[in-house]
Amino acid sequence: MIIRKLLFAFLLGLPGLSLADLEITITGGQVQPVSIGIVPFATAGSPDSSTDIARVIEADLARSGLFSPFPRQDMIERPSQESEVRYENWRALGVEQLVVGALRQSEGRWVVDFRLLDAPRGQQMLAYEIPVSSAGLRYAGHQISDLIYQKLTGHRGVFNTRIAYVTASGPVDNRVFQLMIADADGFDPKQLVRSTEPLMSPTWSPDGRQMAFVAFENGQSAIYLQTVATGVVRKLTDKPGINGAPAFSPDGRKLAVTLSYEGNPEIYLLDIATGALNRLTRDPAIDTEPAFSPDGRHIVFTSDRAGRAQLYRMSINGGDPERLSFEGRSNARASYSPDGKTLALVHQDERGFRIATMDVKTRQLQVLSNGPLDESPSFAPNGVAIIYAAKGARGAELATVTTDTGIRQRLSQAGDVREPAWSPFHN
Amino acid sequence: MAGAVALVAACSSTPEQPVVDDASAAQDTDGGLSGSAVDSRELARAREMEQRAQQDAALRRQLTVYFDFDSSQIRDEYTAMLDAHARYLRDNPNVRLRLEGHTDERGTREYNIALGERRGEAVRRALLLRGATRGQLSVVSYGEERPAVLGSGEEAWARNRRVGLVYQ
Repeated sequence: MIIRKLLFAFLLGLPGLSLADLEITITGGQVQPVSIGIVPFATAGSPDSSTDIARVIEADLARSGLFSPFPRQDMIERPSQESEVRYENWRALGVEQLVVGALRQSEGRWVVDFRLLDAPRGQQMLAYEIPVSSAGLRYAGHQISDLIYQKLTGHRGVFNTRIAYVTASGPVDNRVFQLMIADADGFDPKQLVRSTEPLMSPTWSPDGRQMAFVAFENGQSAIYLQTVATGVVRKLTDKPGINGAPAFSPDGRKLAVTLSYEGNPEIYLLDIATGALNRLTRDPAIDTEPAFSPDGRHIVFTSDRAGRAQLYRMSINGGDPERLSFEGRSNARASYSPDGKTLALVHQDERGFRIATMDVKTRQLQVLSNGPLDESPSFAPNGVAIIYAAKGARGAELATVTTDTGIRQRLSQAGDVREPAWSPFHN
Repeated sequence: MAGAVALVAACSSTPEQPVVDDASAAQDTDGGLSGSAVDSRELARAREMEQRAQQDAALRRQLTVYFDFDSSQIRDEYTAMLDAHARYLRDNPNVRLRLEGHTDERGTREYNIALGERRGEAVRRALLLRGATRGQLSVVSYGEERPAVLGSGEEAWARNRRVGLVYQ
C-alpha cells in the first residue's frame, strides 16, 4: 500500500549535469502511524521564504513511516504558539500530536521557536529555539524533526544526515558514472566525482568528513580518499590487480581493503597516514568485503573458502576466522549496526538476493526485503533503518527498510542509482 | 552468444586439413623425386602456412570467452581460439594483451570484482601455458560494473559473464 508519494525537485545549477528527480514512495509497515498535526509556522519576514518549514517536518516524519501528518487543508485553526491552541479542536479531529512554531529574530539572529504538544492530554512535550544556520531553514526543519522523532520514539533522528550513492547513466558502451551525495530525503544532490569508468564502494569516514571509494583508470583500479567539503582527492593505493572494498576503522585511521597484488584477493589493513599494509587473510579463496565491528576488534568479511560466498569474522590481530553464516545459498557483504549487535547482509536463497539482518550473538537471520536483486545494505546511524539498492522498473534504485517494523521506502530516478552509504550523524 | 559459439566450434574442426597435406608432402620426399617435387613441397608448406594464418586470424577475431554462472572454468570450445591468440603473442613478443574479467549482475559487487579477476586469471594461465609470456598479459576485473548488455534474465546474464581480450 502506498501511504504517500512525494516528488522532490532537485536544486538546479550544477553545470553539465542532468540531475533527475528522486521519487520517494513509502510502502509496507506493521504499525499504526501516529496522527500528527504540523501547523504552518508563522514566518513573517523569513530570510528563506522559499522553504515551508512545516512541510519539511511533515515530509521527514511521514518518511519514517511512524507518523501520519494531518492534512493541512483540514485544519480548523492555525496557531503558531501554545497559548493560541484550543486542544479540544485537535482532539475532535483525532490529532494525537501537534507541532506549532514561529520564526523570529532573537538578538539579531533568526531562530525557530517550536513546541510539540500532546493533544489528548493538553500538555507540552518539547519546547526549543533552533538557530537558523547559514545552511538554511530546511536544516532547522530537519533538526526539529530529529527532536520530535527522538521524543516520541526514543531513537535519535537521522533527518539531518546524508547519503552517498553511485549513478550510472548513458548507453552501455558510453556509460557515465557519478559519485553523489544528497540529503537523507534526496534533496540537494551534489556530484563528488564523475568518470567514464566505474566508480564503486563509497564509504564515509567515521567523522563524516571524508569518503573512500574505488575508481578505475586505464584498466587499473585504485582506492581514493576525498575530503567532502573541499573536494580534494588523494590516491591511497593502486597496486596491480584489485584495489577494492574500503572500510574505515572506527578511529578513522585505517582502512580494511581488498588487494590482489600478491596473487589472490586478500584483506589488508592500510594505515591511511603512512600507507603501511598489514595482511590479515591467507587463503587461496576469495576474501573480500571487510567491515569493522564498532569496537574495532573484529572484521567481518565475505569468503568462498567453503565453496560459496559466506560470512566470516576474524580478530584484527589475526587468528583463524570463524564462519558466521550457514543458511541459504550464500551470504555476503556484511556490515555492523552502530551498536555492534546486528549485521546487515545480502542473503541468497531460491528467492534471489535479499537484505537480511543477523543477530551477532544468536546468529539468527531475519530477511527484510523482497528481492530478487537487492544489495549494498548500509545502516542508518541510529540503527533503525537500512538503506540498500534494489532492481526497480526504471533500473537500479535505492530503498530503505526499518529493521523492527519493516516499513519500506523507495528512492528512484531514471537510470541506475546504487551502492548507497548512509552518513554518520552530522555533529 | 549462440552465434559466437557456433563459429568457434566450426573453426576448431578445420586444423585437420593441413595435417593431411603434410603427410602427402612427406610421401613425395620418400619417393626420391627431385627438382619440381621440392618446389611443390614448399608450395604445399606455404599453402599450409597461409591456410593456418587465415584460420588463426579468424580465431583471433574472437575476443570474448564466456563463462557459466559463478564459474571461472574455461569451456573446451575456447581451446582453438586461445591457441591462436597464444601463438600470435608468442610470435609477437612486443604485443600486449589486457584481459578484462566480467560477471553478471547477481551477487555482491566487490565479490563480483574478485570473481571477474578469477576469470581473467584463468584465461591468463591458459595463454601462459600455450606460450605467451607474463610481461605480455595483464588482468583487470570490472566485476558487474561494465555489462556487455543491460537488463536482467538468463540471456543478458550469459552475455555478461565473460573475459574480454583487449590488444593494447
